[in-house]
Amino acid sequence: MTTIAAPAPADLAGVRTTPRMALRDIATIARRNLRRVLRTPQLLVVSAVPPVLFVVLFRYVFGGAIHTSSGNYADYLLPTVLILTQLLGATTAVALATDLAGGMVDRFRSLPIARSAMLAGRTIADLGRGALVVLAGLVAGLAVGFRFHTGFLPSLAGMGLVLAFSFAMSWEMSWVALKVKDPETAQVAGFLPLVPLVFASSGFVPVASMPGWLQGFANAQPISVTISAVRALTQGGPTAHYLWQSAAWIAGILVVFGALAVMEYRKV
Amino acid sequence: MSTSNDPIIEVDGVRKSFGGTEALAGIDLTAETGRVLALLGPNGAGKTTLVRILATLLTPDAGKVRVAGYDAVRQPAAVRSVIGLTGQHSAVDDLLTGRENLEMLGALNHLSRAEIRRRTDAALADFGLTEPAGRPAKTYSGGMRRRLDLAASLVGRPPVLILDEPTTGLDPVTRIDLWAAIERLVNGGTTVLLTTQYLEEADRLAHRIVVIDHGHVIASGSADQLKDQLGRDVIEVRVADSSGFDPAAAALAPLLRDSSVLDRERQRLTMPAPRGAATLSAALNYLAQAEVTVADIGIRRPSLDEVFIALTGAPDGTGASTELVTSTSPQSRSNR
Repeated sequence: MTTIAAPAPADLAGVRTTPRMALRDIATIARRNLRRVLRTPQLLVVSAVPPVLFVVLFRYVFGGAIHTSSGNYADYLLPTVLILTQLLGATTAVALATDLAGGMVDRFRSLPIARSAMLAGRTIADLGRGALVVLAGLVAGLAVGFRFHTGFLPSLAGMGLVLAFSFAMSWEMSWVALKVKDPETAQVAGFLPLVPLVFASSGFVPVASMPGWLQGFANAQPISVTISAVRALTQGGPTAHYLWQSAAWIAGILVVFGALAVMEYRKV
Repeated sequence: MSTSNDPIIEVDGVRKSFGGTEALAGIDLTAETGRVLALLGPNGAGKTTLVRILATLLTPDAGKVRVAGYDAVRQPAAVRSVIGLTGQHSAVDDLLTGRENLEMLGALNHLSRAEIRRRTDAALADFGLTEPAGRPAKTYSGGMRRRLDLAASLVGRPPVLILDEPTTGLDPVTRIDLWAAIERLVNGGTTVLLTTQYLEEADRLAHRIVVIDHGHVIASGSADQLKDQLGRDVIEVRVADSSGFDPAAAALAPLLRDSSVLDRERQRLTMPAPRGAATLSAALNYLAQAEVTVADIGIRRPSLDEVFIALTGAPDGTGASTELVTSTSPQSRSNR
């Protein structure tokens, strides 16, 4: 071994990140994160369990007691479980806080790459895991009586909406992770604000059964409208009303938490 | 651009506080192109804070930082394109193989596929990682991880390499390996700024050493200059057995100064030799009169450890057995 080749003089052409370079950076980091998921098969198995568990438990524990307009509680329940398990099983916050605690975030931040690439690469890779969780929930749902009552395209759009919501929420979790920095805290803190949203919603019981003061909140909040939109897309009925509300929430969450997360990333 | 002596890193009056604590209290330093600059200081001196500012990870509260002519605050992207950082925690992805780790860094440096392949192969060979390249990094030893980490920060061929405590926690053999790798880089024209708590490391690698304590630069220069600054040669006496230590200290009392080191564990006493050989013969006389058996006595240059202790005023990392003499009556101190 002799000397290691002399470095090239500083080349300013490489300094500005063009949109194409940014996309490549995002793809590189997403690929890294997906590889990590694929090389932790136990995580994949564990991720597929909650949707199955929730579908079966809610279907048979609550299904007898709760009466919904459509009559089939499996149909009513499944969109809820799909959303709930996206949020409950999200690994975004922990994974990001772990990268932060090790030196990975420092290394990425010292490279001439787009500021958003690290976060986008993370949230996009988590979407892949999210798709698997949706699939597990669907299989379990079909086994306990859930059926699509609309066409292929609306049903597909419904699943797409679940993932779009999951993607938006992973930016919220990224922001929390960058804020609290510690992996254990991040896991709990990322999910905590979502608990009241998950339960004070149209997800498990009809909103009409709740006290009046809660109904307004339960009808308008993002998880409710998204569940209602997914229900409409898979079961039929008026769709547009819920769909645009859900889309507006998703866009709003993406913009607000995307900006907050990138701001926090710049200064961690 | 192999070894011109233009400054490539310029730090001017940099301050940084966290809450109420001032980590950097106005630091000035420059690093010359193609040389190794070591930041030497005890834990909490502010070394890592300065490294994070240089690597654009932190913004200084005040002062100017320029790397290769770019302002670290106003042109962070340009600075990032000329530096490679190996932080204190090794930034290696455990689940990726050694090769995948390097290829990822190649892609993030926006290299072409062919270039990524070429540089990855070269880096694996340079750091002796060709054989385990296909194994996940979690199976690597500490030394292999560190080498992979260093290789990863070099894939982009940065002209400036910043190393934060590169050999902390490594065994001696691995440490020497890593030093050799750093020396090869410098021979190839790379400028290296490294932080260390190991005086031996600074002595071995650095062309220039900047000693930092409590956020201040307290000394700078080459290892030789720092040793000169402390003052002249020293006389080192090693007594034959521990019972001779206190009598020897008492006998040599007239020669002991503030900078003297009484190392009871190693049965060693060190004192300045302002008159060179004459001081040595005086020491021999004192010891002969006191009938102390000496295993070894000699005149030598001060070690960097002694410089460091003299400068920072506290024996840091050198063990509790080394005590500083602050009074001229060593008898009372050596009794404790």
